[in-house]
Amino acid sequence: MIPIDFEYYRPAAADEAVRLFQQLSSQGKEPVYYSGGTEIITLARINLFQTRAVIDIKGIPECSALAFQDQKLVLGSALTLSRIYDSNVFPLLGEVAAGIADRTSRNKITLGGNLFSRLIYREAVLPLLLTDSVLLIAGRSGVKQIQIDRIFDRTMQVEKGDFVAAAMTDLNYLSMRYAAVKKRKIAEIDYPLVSLAAIRVDGMIRLAFSGVCAFPFRSRLMEEILNRGRQPLKSRIEEAVGQLPAPILSDIRGSAEYREYVLKNVLSESIRELGGA
Amino acid sequence: MEDREGCQVIVNLRVNDEIRSAVARPADTLLDVLREKLGLTGAKPGCKNGDCGACTVLVDGWPQKSCLVLAVEAVGQWITTIEGLKDTPIQRAFIEQWAFQCGYCTPGFIMNSHGLIQHHPNANDETIKDWLSSNICRCTGYREIKDAVTSVLKEK
Repeated sequence: MIPIDFEYYRPAAADEAVRLFQQLSSQGKEPVYYSGGTEIITLARINLFQTRAVIDIKGIPECSALAFQDQKLVLGSALTLSRIYDSNVFPLLGEVAAGIADRTSRNKITLGGNLFSRLIYREAVLPLLLTDSVLLIAGRSGVKQIQIDRIFDRTMQVEKGDFVAAAMTDLNYLSMRYAAVKKRKIAEIDYPLVSLAAIRVDGMIRLAFSGVCAFPFRSRLMEEILNRGRQPLKSRIEEAVGQLPAPILSDIRGSAEYREYVLKNVLSESIRELGGA
Repeated sequence: MEDREGCQVIVNLRVNDEIRSAVARPADTLLDVLREKLGLTGAKPGCKNGDCGACTVLVDGWPQKSCLVLAVEAVGQWITTIEGLKDTPIQRAFIEQWAFQCGYCTPGFIMNSHGLIQHHPNANDETIKDWLSSNICRCTGYREIKDAVTSVLKEK
């Protein structure tokens, strides 16, 4: 049983959702946008999440979009991870999404929910970072388009009251060679020791990571090092791992030393797979 | 559906081809409403954290863990619980393949397997494994459960 009480709203339009948020905020109800809701429910059940109002965005058409428009793929933030995988429209995102939680949970977990997760992994962001995807952000001034690397810095940095309605990705990226690797400690369903997504764009390999540090990231500095074709791969990897943006995680799933070992192997395999050795 | 903080609301749910009404809090999970308000105790509370799958039901034909769904969210959707399945092939296969021991996880496994068979009548081993990994059997009867699913898929 969830021990807190909250109001439930299901607006049918983005502007209605934003207005509701403002109204409920002014009443001190600390509203939250609700999509799949799996994290809100599980955290609220153990008193780790407080709100007095949830605004369910699943009734907003833009949030459920799965469409091609002006040479871009549009994926609504309320699409479930299973729907994205099953549609096969964005194979890299589908494959990364299929590694999150378990199949039945992915029938509820949504793209937007994963991007805004309180957990440190947020793996669905990796393919969006690699493909310079653009987010449609609904807010008081209407719907803005913002490239994801301008709004994702360790976590999503949207203004209070704004929400992500959809992600748009250039179609050219969808057919590019990619690699997606998720290494876990033992079980097939678990948080990652190392989760890597990579894509080859114009002969250069882009890479993004989750589970390595305390936040997901794409590092252009590491990419620059790893793409130096004349330098031996092993040496590039050693140098790149020295440029991680934060200390390597050390927790119950793996020590920092073990994670580093796994990371180097995953990098080597993925770069070879994409022809960057 | 009127909603005021702290107040209960009337939730009309379409469960097993019937419209069922319940008075519930917006924060009540579908699992709790099914069991405590509607008397449908087939969906089992296990972890209540989305890990074990014992509470799996079908929502618009897709398996979902009812502990991860608010009852108010499910308004307007088709909900099927184990009570809504009558002598289906997967139920018969569970008996024929000895696919349960203590039986606590069985309703969740059957609902998930039924969903799998409906959506993927030609499912390969990888898909079967992916879907069945959503549920936990404390008695570890996984082999027999998979055999039950496979036997139905072969019939199809």
